[in-house]
Amino acid sequence: MQTNEQAQKSYAQLVKKVSPNSPILKNCILAFFSGGAICTLGEVLFQFFQNKGFAEDTAALLVSGCLIVLSAVLTALGIYGKLGKHCGAGTEVPITGFANSVVSPAIEYKNAGLVLGMAAKMFVIAGPVIVYGILSSIVVGVVYYFLGG
Amino acid sequence: MQKRIGKQTVRLQTPVSILATASTVGQKEGDGPLGAYFDVVEPDSMMGEDSWEKAESRFVAKNMELALKKANLEAAQMDYVLCGDLLNQCIGTTFGIKDFGIPFLGLFGACATVGEAMSVGSMLIDGGFAEHILCGASSHFCSAEKQFRFPLPLGIQRPQSTTWTVTGDGAMVLAKNKTGPFITEITTGKIIDMGVTDANNMGAAMAPAAVDVLLSHFQDTGRTPEDYDIIVSGDLGSVGHQIVIELMQKEGYDMQNRYTDCGLKIYDPNTQDTHAGGSGCACAAVTFCSYFYPQLKEGKLKRMLFLPTGALLSADSVQQKLPIPAISHAVVIESALPNERNEKRNEKRNEKRNDERKSGQVNTV
Amino acid sequence: MIYWKAFLIGGLICVFGQILIDKTKLTPARILVLFVCIGCILGGLDIYPKLVEFAGSGARVPLTGFGNLLAQGVKDEVDAMGAIGILTGGMKAAAGGLTIAIVSAFLMALVAKPKQK
Repeated sequence: MQTNEQAQKSYAQLVKKVSPNSPILKNCILAFFSGGAICTLGEVLFQFFQNKGFAEDTAALLVSGCLIVLSAVLTALGIYGKLGKHCGAGTEVPITGFANSVVSPAIEYKNAGLVLGMAAKMFVIAGPVIVYGILSSIVVGVVYYFLGG
Repeated sequence: MQKRIGKQTVRLQTPVSILATASTVGQKEGDGPLGAYFDVVEPDSMMGEDSWEKAESRFVAKNMELALKKANLEAAQMDYVLCGDLLNQCIGTTFGIKDFGIPFLGLFGACATVGEAMSVGSMLIDGGFAEHILCGASSHFCSAEKQFRFPLPLGIQRPQSTTWTVTGDGAMVLAKNKTGPFITEITTGKIIDMGVTDANNMGAAMAPAAVDVLLSHFQDTGRTPEDYDIIVSGDLGSVGHQIVIELMQKEGYDMQNRYTDCGLKIYDPNTQDTHAGGSGCACAAVTFCSYFYPQLKEGKLKRMLFLPTGALLSADSVQQKLPIPAISHAVVIESALPNERNEKRNEKRNEKRNDERKSGQVNTV
Repeated sequence: MIYWKAFLIGGLICVFGQILIDKTKLTPARILVLFVCIGCILGGLDIYPKLVEFAGSGARVPLTGFGNLLAQGVKDEVDAMGAIGILTGGMKAAAGGLTIAIVSAFLMALVAKPKQK
């Protein structure tokens, strides 16, 4: 069988033709409603904490905290993984998805020990988010220090 | 008698008997269309252990024991055990069989491992180096996901072209001079790299290897698909299955009526959410051992061409954006030894060969 | 009203993520990284806070909101501490959420067992 560049090119076309596409419309609708619902839940909590007299910053942190804990529990029960299968980005992009990506490896690698297993692998997916988040915050800080203010 | 025919194919002088097979699978496989055919369906995919790797080893140990029991043989009577799996350093296998005390040759052919085991095993027996050989292959959905993709509790969507790794172990006992079905011919595949880099489309990565070994087999033996009751690939799923049909069509072979894939057989994609089908070492192994072997044994299938397929990738090679090379090994299994037919054919061939040799000698003289 | 706005904007941000998943084959980790960086840059440009004002949690809860939080943290810290705030602002702003995530992951890992999907 030919495996030269030309054969690879025409093979890639065949693969594209044969491979099923993601049902993008259905996925987007599910992502919209699930993501929207999580954000609305966040807003309900936010209004609740504000009514209790918390400042905006504190209320926002408390909302994040509640959502993270909720997601952690659902992840441990195996429910968040099932939701994610249907909701896709709808459960991935909110802060609950971030929490899911921290809790999942922690549970999965627990049997490799509490230090090198659970703790070391905890940020195997979410770690890059923090690395690049902090790096971009430094860029913002530098620009703001010299240009803004 | 010449054992090697063509570039990649060997014909066993004494066909090797598949004495018994055993298959142990997880609940999802048990719930699938082949559920009734498996020997054992384990409801707990953790097998009472605390890690997926240990669970896979339990599948291996239990199923190998079952294969021996079904063959009415002891581990001590085995000359070799040949098997492998997908985990790093094949720990699923080694921890499963370490207490058997059988000389062990570990194999890695990714999901084509069962084909590799059948090939090497029958050559060892035909070579006169062994009487009984235990061979098999295993995989586990959870250990494979953990090693190759993401932790299980992570909420992610699997693309439509992905396949679902089969949880289980398929094992068989090969023996000399026993009853059918028999392994008669082996075509060992080459590594084929068609530049596919999408690890979520294994069927597309592996299909060219299956096509390559099919073409080599047909060329070496002078046969066509019509010479087989059924041609079965390992774990190409719906995408790879379609690609094989189209590529073989281009090469002038009509596969459609007699070609299927274990990955298509083992799950129901409509109700089991497996997308393109089943995959993993166990996919070809358990499907052959549970579903096709009895049909060969009963003579419902006379001659089968079995070609387990494997993707030779690792988590690192995928991250480094390397293409996914693939391999496939073809094994011919016949329900009974058509002794007379074979002998007649051989006689004719020998006569022909002798004639050729004579004429050759004449020429050289 | 704010609930509907939160639903709409939150949902749309997720749809953007879904289109990236289906069209670009980006892995989840890459998408999360991308969202944090986008949020941080838009926060730095003072665009994202306007979205938060409009949609509340609809803009705060998606990971872009976390990026925005980092950007606002750095700015506040630079205002208060000068140049050193460039280094401390981001981490300080992220501290609460990260700590909660670490603690809950630790506790869940202690009690939960890996299970098949």
